[in-house]
Amino acid sequence: MIELLASRYTYALLFVLLGVGLYMMIANENLVKKLIGVNLFQTAIFLFFISMAYVEGGAAPIVPHEENPGEVLVASPLPQVIVLTAIVVGIALTAVGLALIIRIYSEYGTLREDTLREVRSDE
Amino acid sequence: MSNVDLLLPLLIVVPILAATLPIALGLRYDWTGWPVAAITTTGLFAAAVALASVVYTDGQVIHTLGGYPRAYGIELVADEFSTPIALLVTGVAAGVLAYTRRGGPRGNTFYTAYLLLTGGLLGISLTGDVFNLFVFLEITSLATYALVASGDGPESAVAALKYLILGTVAASMYLIGVAFVFMATGTLNMVELASAIPAAERPVLIRAGFAFIVVGFAVKVAQWPLHTWQPSAYQQAPDGVTPLIAALVSTASAYAFGRLIVTVFEVEYLAAMPNAAPIVLTVGCVSVLAGTALAVIQTEVKRMLAYSSVSQFGLVIAAYGVVIAGNSETALIGAAIHLVGHGLLKAGLFLGAALVTASYGARTVDEYTGLAKERPIAAGAMAVLLLSLVGVPPGVGFVGKWYIALGAVESQIWPVAAVIFLSTMLTLAYAARLLEKMYFTPPTAVERPHAAEPVATDGGDAGTDDSDTTDSGFDDEGPAAAAIRDGGRATPDAVSAGMIAIVVVAALGAVALGFAGGTFAELLEPFLTEVIN
Repeated sequence: MIELLASRYTYALLFVLLGVGLYMMIANENLVKKLIGVNLFQTAIFLFFISMAYVEGGAAPIVPHEENPGEVLVASPLPQVIVLTAIVVGIALTAVGLALIIRIYSEYGTLREDTLREVRSDE
Repeated sequence: MSNVDLLLPLLIVVPILAATLPIALGLRYDWTGWPVAAITTTGLFAAAVALASVVYTDGQVIHTLGGYPRAYGIELVADEFSTPIALLVTGVAAGVLAYTRRGGPRGNTFYTAYLLLTGGLLGISLTGDVFNLFVFLEITSLATYALVASGDGPESAVAALKYLILGTVAASMYLIGVAFVFMATGTLNMVELASAIPAAERPVLIRAGFAFIVVGFAVKVAQWPLHTWQPSAYQQAPDGVTPLIAALVSTASAYAFGRLIVTVFEVEYLAAMPNAAPIVLTVGCVSVLAGTALAVIQTEVKRMLAYSSVSQFGLVIAAYGVVIAGNSETALIGAAIHLVGHGLLKAGLFLGAALVTASYGARTVDEYTGLAKERPIAAGAMAVLLLSLVGVPPGVGFVGKWYIALGAVESQIWPVAAVIFLSTMLTLAYAARLLEKMYFTPPTAVERPHAAEPVATDGGDAGTDDSDTTDSGFDDEGPAAAAIRDGGRATPDAVSAGMIAIVVVAALGAVALGFAGGTFAELLEPFLTEVIN
């Protein structure tokens, strides 16, 4: 177990980060902080992809063309490309979420979910 | 046609590129949105029909993007399972767009989101790559959040934010699943994965990946208990938008889940995986019962139909469970038919509800009193759709349920058949309530504070438009307009003959598709023999 943690500590840390994000999303009453929780959650997944592609002693996946490329040890570029795409998606989501929060704030005058629930049940 | 595979990227790229046009042209000209969207969706529908004719005669069509081999490139695939979904997406998009010309939300940003949604949905149905599936899921979701939030009033923003948070978590769960599977196999292509997954050295990673994917799709498809975003999103979305998202967004996700089950993980592998089949079966069956039970107690029509979606998608997921557990071709046919049929039914029903709201402001079941007299054609179409949803034979709802139940019985999974039977009874309970209000409840004299006064001329000259009947009979007939909540904005004149025609077309389509059930099963045959032994 200890050995596993010592060699795979990044995964453990990333899943803790995932949990923090999820908890923040559920337990926090502030809508902006909820959205930050969503971002943390996503970031943990991005880092998971990146750490998955890590190769002990591997170089960046830029293959020098003078040497024989087959012998160069490189990290897999595919997860990094995936993460780049996923980051773009995440930014778009955050933007839409923040726009919705601005609309909610201007209509109800609050960012807290519990207050929001009270205001809405009054109507 | 040798270049038919070019249709695949075009089907995805054209709507997404065209989505920029309404805003760009809108800077200079007014009212460019509708023509752009109309031309695009009509073209897409034509392209999907052309694609379908090729797929069903010559087999699947594959396009490799950029010419890279599929081991590390991206593929777009149209086969017998994905083509009906592409047809449904383009067909419903074109139909709903025709409705929104008079009835729905307008404005250039609306059409931008609309085209983006269509592009994303086509991407989901045509992609052959698990990561691209995630990207298209998110494109679809983003457009859906924006469309839901475009409803009147602040409630829609709250519903959209709730949907955004849950939908993002769902997509992220799916991404974690992809990460695990990628870790175990090193590839993202669906066909490559199908051969790499059984050979994977660490099956525990695959199992973890599948578990995350199930949870992700359970949210996206709105399965109990993860469905809570869906009724408020459907209810708060503008009336012209609900038909589109109700018919397509969850359908595309459910299709994607089925695709992952049969093509990526493969039925045999999942059948050997501990607990995979029982979990999928249980999620589906519980959703069927919970969804119908919740639908029965709703008073608002749109909310009732939304809960009905929870149960109908539960049926599809239960069918997938039967496919895994019993290796059943019949259940897969049922799932495919039910996906397409339910999409069409829900589009028609929500369009009908939008039509009633537009003309009378009626939103609750009680306010539908006397609709059959005031709008016989629309009420008749809605009645056909409702009966089809229940599963009365000529309708498509029956064919899907029949195949799923038959598959369950063949595989000796009796609880599923029992659940289908029970849910049909409950579906009848809420459908009959609406039918009874429309046809059999005698109109009572309820005060109509905002109802339009009958026009002086009685409007009897041009007898083609259905609204004329309404005007002339306004004084002595039932008050479907009983409670006009929107402060008198809704008038019977707001509904054009074209809007009614679209609902009628949906109803006729549902019946026609019901008769075509056998043909549909035959068309699926090559795909079934490929994925199920």
